[in-house]
Amino acid sequence: MESTAEIGFKKPFSVIQPQWGLFQLDLVSIWHYRELLYFFVWRDVLLRFKQTVIGAAWVILQPLITMIIFTLIFSKLAKMPSDGIPYPVFAFTALLPWSFFSQALMRSSASIVQSSNLITKIYFPRLLIPVAASIAPIVDLFFSFLFLLVLMSWYKITPTWGILALPLFLALAIMTALAVGLWSSAINVRYRDIANIIPFVCQVWMYASPVAYPVSMVPENWRLFYSLNPMVGVIEGFRWALLGKGNPDFMVMAVSSVAVLLLLTSGVVFFKRMEQSFADDI
Amino acid sequence: MSDIAIRAENLSKKYNIATEKIRHDTFSDQLAYGFKSIFHRNIQKKPSNKAFMALKDVSFEIKEGEIVGIIGQNGAGKSTLLKILSRITVPTSGRADIYGRIGSLLEVGTGFHPELSGRENIYLNGAIIGMKKEEIRRQFDAIVDFAEIGKFLDTPVKRYSSGMYVRLAFAVAAHLEPEILLLDEVLAVGDIAFQKKCLGKIGNIAKCGRTVIFISHNMTAVNSLCERVLWVSGGEIIEDGPATDVVSSYLATSGGVTNNVSEEIWNDMSEAPGNDTVRLRCIQVRRQEGHASEPLTMQTAFQVEVEFWNMLDEAQLHITIHLYNSEGLIVFSTGSLNKQILPKGLFRSVGYFPGDLLNSGRHRFSVLVVKNLSSVIYSYESQVAINILDVREREGTWYGKEPGVVQPLLKWTTECLCEMS
Repeated sequence: MESTAEIGFKKPFSVIQPQWGLFQLDLVSIWHYRELLYFFVWRDVLLRFKQTVIGAAWVILQPLITMIIFTLIFSKLAKMPSDGIPYPVFAFTALLPWSFFSQALMRSSASIVQSSNLITKIYFPRLLIPVAASIAPIVDLFFSFLFLLVLMSWYKITPTWGILALPLFLALAIMTALAVGLWSSAINVRYRDIANIIPFVCQVWMYASPVAYPVSMVPENWRLFYSLNPMVGVIEGFRWALLGKGNPDFMVMAVSSVAVLLLLTSGVVFFKRMEQSFADDI
Repeated sequence: MSDIAIRAENLSKKYNIATEKIRHDTFSDQLAYGFKSIFHRNIQKKPSNKAFMALKDVSFEIKEGEIVGIIGQNGAGKSTLLKILSRITVPTSGRADIYGRIGSLLEVGTGFHPELSGRENIYLNGAIIGMKKEEIRRQFDAIVDFAEIGKFLDTPVKRYSSGMYVRLAFAVAAHLEPEILLLDEVLAVGDIAFQKKCLGKIGNIAKCGRTVIFISHNMTAVNSLCERVLWVSGGEIIEDGPATDVVSSYLATSGGVTNNVSEEIWNDMSEAPGNDTVRLRCIQVRRQEGHASEPLTMQTAFQVEVEFWNMLDEAQLHITIHLYNSEGLIVFSTGSLNKQILPKGLFRSVGYFPGDLLNSGRHRFSVLVVKNLSSVIYSYESQVAINILDVREREGTWYGKEPGVVQPLLKWTTECLCEMS
């Protein structure tokens, strides 16, 4: 939307004009506004813990209850295999990135419309809004991660060195949520149908990801197609990094990563195109 | 020679009136439309969108350190211009070059969150309007002092009185120090004392050699703060010059001697001003006595009737009227302060204005619908305007307009306390 260049010694110079280039992504301005990004994340985190009686406990309770339900239904009733890992740990390790992802996706999808009062009143790179929304749930992840460590010590599972690779898989989860969030948040400005679609998408997506079942249950010849879903890579990565479960399927992860990068790049391009009319359409 | 701060060349902004509709449309309508256009070749390309030019080829230059006022009636394009310059919206064509860091305040308290404390909101709002964290930290005490919120600093702002809220919001805004500042009538906040403080602060900003662009309906403020004024009408700049000249020609055509508009009626509810909760039906001024064709004089008692639809179940609503004089000053605000709980339906509130109260000149109204005696749920600047004539027979030598915003007829007595021999 704008191009900034230093002219002379001090004055920033900018031009305002309509722009139609496909790749004027202006990612530099995100860097200029990094403090605002920090404040948006900070705000979301503060708000998460204000006005709740048991505060952080909610963050653990949600995946915990899901884990208990999964254990009852899938493990006790359906006798689901879990790669030789106690099922509760098996499920919780997957629920960790999954609940992060679904939170990030839902929040980023709604983020632009929810910030309509900002968008119509002040300028800043709009990209900051969905980015902040998909980063903020990390705090939730952190607390449930602590709980997972407790759970693991209960089942006497020691984490392996693979744990160091965890940030990598987390980044993949953020990128996936953001990629979808960019598309959906921008479309949501014009078509509020998105608000109804996303929770449904989340539900279907969860069953398309190895949260309640191991990847080994997916037929071999479907594996590659299956792993186009980036969350397959993320969840497999978490299980491998934390539980040291066998050898990870690097093929699966590589395919996932490429899928994410494509989706993310197209998301940014699309978002920047739509961004120009946000203030008029919202 | 002073440098250019802003150079605008042929800025235009087109709004499709239909885009207003798309918002309520759903995806399925668009899909249906898409399918139709596949199968029927000759379908009209688009349901003919009415385009509306909010700005037409506007060009101007503003020099560094200039304080420029932008005036014009509602819908003239002032806000669109400001939104383009502050990069909230993109021009349809044309360009503007901006030399310097730009800061815009289209409202105070953008991004305030009710759950967050005053302290947290200062940081959040500061960052949103473009201050660096370091800058906010440095100015923090000054902001708190200016806002006069003292011990409530760590209280969530939802517990603030509306006065405190507005003071805090303005305080943060007032400490923004960009090289170019765009302001949209943020002056109209707080009580009189605080307004003075705000005006003083803006005056100071101006004195520091910063460039300020200032949209306002308050001609007194524009006159006293700005050296130069742009008058925008119908999306074009129709006059550009020294403040006093432009303001007086503006007042002459828009605020001056034109005829009275004594009523505004909307028969079609969907076109009436309002929102999901309330919708106006009519605003009318009539004499309390005598024939409607007789002119309104300073002595005439008149009444203002507002009819509105309430679409809320059981809401405590009342109508407040802000009465403006030709200078754009609020003469006073008056409300029905109705404590009844209103069911859904059509209501009429009538305000009775006595004679011997207002000064002569043209007056306009804003109608505000207020809920629970506190929150404004809808406000509308009425086109209704009345010209109050001064036809008093005066025996003195002063024939001009009396000074002051009101001319109440007060009781006076004079008695002799001591006679000198």
